[in-house]
Amino acid sequence: MRTRVNDFAIKLANVNGTGSASANGLLMQAIFRMGIPVSGKNLFPSNIQGLPTWYEIRVNKDGYTARALDYDLMVAMNAQTYARDIQEVRSGGYVLYDSSWPLERSLHREDVSFLPVPLARLCNEQFEGARERVLLKNIAYSGVLVALLDADMQIVEELLAETFASKKSLHDANRRALHIGIDYAREHFECPLPFRLEKTDANAGKILIDGNTATALGCLYAGATVAAWYPITPATSVMDAFRGFCEKYRRDPETGANNCCIIQAEDELAAIGMVIGAGWMGARAFTSTAGPGISLMNELLGLAYYGEIPAVVIDVQRVGPSTGMPTRTQQGDLLECAYASHGDTKHILLLPANPAECFEFAVNAFDLAERFQTPVLMLSDLDIGMNDWVVPQLEWDDAYTPDRGRVLGEDALRGLSVFQRFTNEDENAVAARTLPGVNSNGAYMLRGSGHNKYGGYTEQPHEYQEVVDRLLAKHRAAARFVPPPEIVRMTDARIGVITTGGCDAAVREALDVLGGQGLAADYLRIRAFPFAKIVADFIEEHEYCFVVEQNRDAQLRSLLLLETSAPKEKLISVLVYGGFPLSAAQVVQGVTEKLGVVSAVHR
Amino acid sequence: MPSIVKPAARHPSLQRNELGLTIRDYEGSMSTLCAGCGHDSITAALVRALWEVSMPPHMLAKMSGIGCSSKTPAYFVSGAHGFNSAHGRMPAITTGAAAANRAMTYVGISGDGDSLSIGIGHLCHAIRRNVKMLYLIENNGVYGLTKGQFSASADIGSKSKKGEPNRMQPIDPVLLGLSLGATFVARGFSGDKEQLVPIFKAALRHRGFALVDVISPCVTFNDHSGSTKSYLNTRKRGIRATEADFVMPQQEILTNIADEGVTSVAMHDGSILRFRVVPEGYDPSDRERVLSYLLEQQQAGHIVTGILFLDENVPDMHEANNTTQMPLTQVPYAKLCPGAAELARLQEAFQ
Repeated sequence: MRTRVNDFAIKLANVNGTGSASANGLLMQAIFRMGIPVSGKNLFPSNIQGLPTWYEIRVNKDGYTARALDYDLMVAMNAQTYARDIQEVRSGGYVLYDSSWPLERSLHREDVSFLPVPLARLCNEQFEGARERVLLKNIAYSGVLVALLDADMQIVEELLAETFASKKSLHDANRRALHIGIDYAREHFECPLPFRLEKTDANAGKILIDGNTATALGCLYAGATVAAWYPITPATSVMDAFRGFCEKYRRDPETGANNCCIIQAEDELAAIGMVIGAGWMGARAFTSTAGPGISLMNELLGLAYYGEIPAVVIDVQRVGPSTGMPTRTQQGDLLECAYASHGDTKHILLLPANPAECFEFAVNAFDLAERFQTPVLMLSDLDIGMNDWVVPQLEWDDAYTPDRGRVLGEDALRGLSVFQRFTNEDENAVAARTLPGVNSNGAYMLRGSGHNKYGGYTEQPHEYQEVVDRLLAKHRAAARFVPPPEIVRMTDARIGVITTGGCDAAVREALDVLGGQGLAADYLRIRAFPFAKIVADFIEEHEYCFVVEQNRDAQLRSLLLLETSAPKEKLISVLVYGGFPLSAAQVVQGVTEKLGVVSAVHR
Repeated sequence: MPSIVKPAARHPSLQRNELGLTIRDYEGSMSTLCAGCGHDSITAALVRALWEVSMPPHMLAKMSGIGCSSKTPAYFVSGAHGFNSAHGRMPAITTGAAAANRAMTYVGISGDGDSLSIGIGHLCHAIRRNVKMLYLIENNGVYGLTKGQFSASADIGSKSKKGEPNRMQPIDPVLLGLSLGATFVARGFSGDKEQLVPIFKAALRHRGFALVDVISPCVTFNDHSGSTKSYLNTRKRGIRATEADFVMPQQEILTNIADEGVTSVAMHDGSILRFRVVPEGYDPSDRERVLSYLLEQQQAGHIVTGILFLDENVPDMHEANNTTQMPLTQVPYAKLCPGAAELARLQEAFQ
């Protein structure tokens, strides 16, 4: 049989809360350290313990690391889900299961190979204590996988040693469990399987990081000092990570005092209120949340927009509407965020595709918020935020200084006779602001009620319109400052494919597949709203464009139709919104199906 | 909130405070509230208190939500930044502002609708965090701007202008604050400026969150005979629990011999609050007894005023957070960013 090297997908089916996450992470990290392009997708339930959970690892020498739907090996460790897990393995694939208990005959498949390992029995013989046995069973199946896939032993040993550097007894137990698995596999199966790992050097200069950690790092480096939040999946780890970094980097070495204030708010209404208060006072402040939080924040996002106060909101999108599916991923908050709040409002959105962009865009968000004196929302999603991604090492330029925008300081205010908050705007329609605590000459009443360009209360139509028209001009001006779209052009492509955020990897893989089938398409990935002019040009240049996104209502397409002059019939949706990370196969299928329809029409 | 600018002329003989400012320097634009509104009297008392404590105008932040009360920040200290924000959200916005800049003095002005209905959650949590601020509730029992609906502080049996009695339990901000662990709780009456000024001065100097509930009759919708929050009823039913005087840290206490029955409390910043209790045995440092006394008086229909409870020993939000003394807005960026070399180093954990 032909052996496939560094090109396969495995799925691990576990019970939530039994310690499988660390075993799966160990495998993922070992593969990363072997220098092989890899991705791990944690498909977990909204539950603390007991419900089924899955982890998928895709290894691909060509760097295609979007979610695979075709599994070569199923590690079936959850009897509750045996039936569906065994069905998901591709024909000719393998099923590893715990043979301490017999597998029901009805679950057998003729076209897959079963690898029975009596994991529970082996662990019961070797270890005392119920909890230890359960936990180490995970490490034991990792051992089986190490042997079956030919993982680098030295790397695996190193990882274990690092993980348990300070707990020798745990290290010993884990090593033993690992070797129980390895020895059993080598004794009973032909190792490695026809697909295996082999060391390479694709990961030089790369790191393995989740988007929420990278986002928190961006906020740290941007100089955020006030953070307010309300716990919510999948955004909680943004603030957990930020707090962790602050403990390390924001303690004054002399006094031990904190150069930051992180507040767990009573709700998201308060969280955004605190951010706005801090932004008005002149601090860099942010909140992290998910869709339900954005719903609550709508009210005060309008205040920040109309009062022209910088604010940064990190929205790690999950599946809505309502509570929806908190541990599943989607791009369902685009429209809600673009026009958050009542009345005429438009916000700046940043749309990262991976953790590296989360870091970069988080810093951009603070600069844009202060430059344009307005809320900036960065929308990642659960897949980007909570899964580990292989990305280029993050870089920082020590020459960076925060863009504080137009702020009148003490010198400018001292001789000033009258300060008028919303006039004398610059070429980007931004007026200078003043901060409290500097000089009385800069004092003014900020209000969310109708105001004229001088900052005074008004109910006069022309005075009101003058201000909101400038706000629109300001939003348009921001299009020149936000991250431009990423465009990849083929020769003579008549079709375009537009997408955004975490769809990137799957769509680009799909374009290669489609290219191999003779369909050349140009690629454009939207990275921000308002849209740069080249977005409209791109649509104009192509006969039609597919718009691939992860929501039911084609929100990106709607936004494109609303904000460019693109005709409806030119934008064709490919929508995948069940809640799991996008896979290239879904894009290929969607485009192919729609292509049939389009060709029929165009013929 | 149309605002009318007052003439800037000053009488040369006006008395000046330590900053060389006259009381006129602590005024704002002309009020657009109804003639006789209790809120305007409260504003006048606040102006006096701020002048007497020599508050530098630019170091004051005037915060409010929405409602008649929330308009008042425009009517005092025009040299201070003000933020007339959104209904009920003032405590949260002030918490964020205070987090960013601990050097400012925060005066939040709210009403019973703003604080006891739409924003009650934020009020409760600002109390829990002990955010250092003067939180003033101008309490009139009605929604004025929307024409006279009962608010959550309306007493059972108190009648609307049309004569319908309120049947629901009132939320008393003083009892609420005491039960939540508020560290400074006072109640005043807009018609008693002499009592309000020292309460405000003490509240401005308090270590943490100072909750001041002021009964402020609504002359248009809630000052009739059936109302429990009318001028007449408040005057008739009012009882003073304490009478306070306030001495600035720099000031010498001129009366060497303490007046009989006068107790002194050292405020966190070194100023001295001197007060005399009126009912025998009243102790504003004993939360449980204060609560039971207030409940008894409430049953009897009395309105107890004065500095009702005070505890200067509880750390405020920043002390609890161990925030650096320098306002976070002034911490240099170089201290906040760990730099490129450290970014490279910390990423070893992700390899």
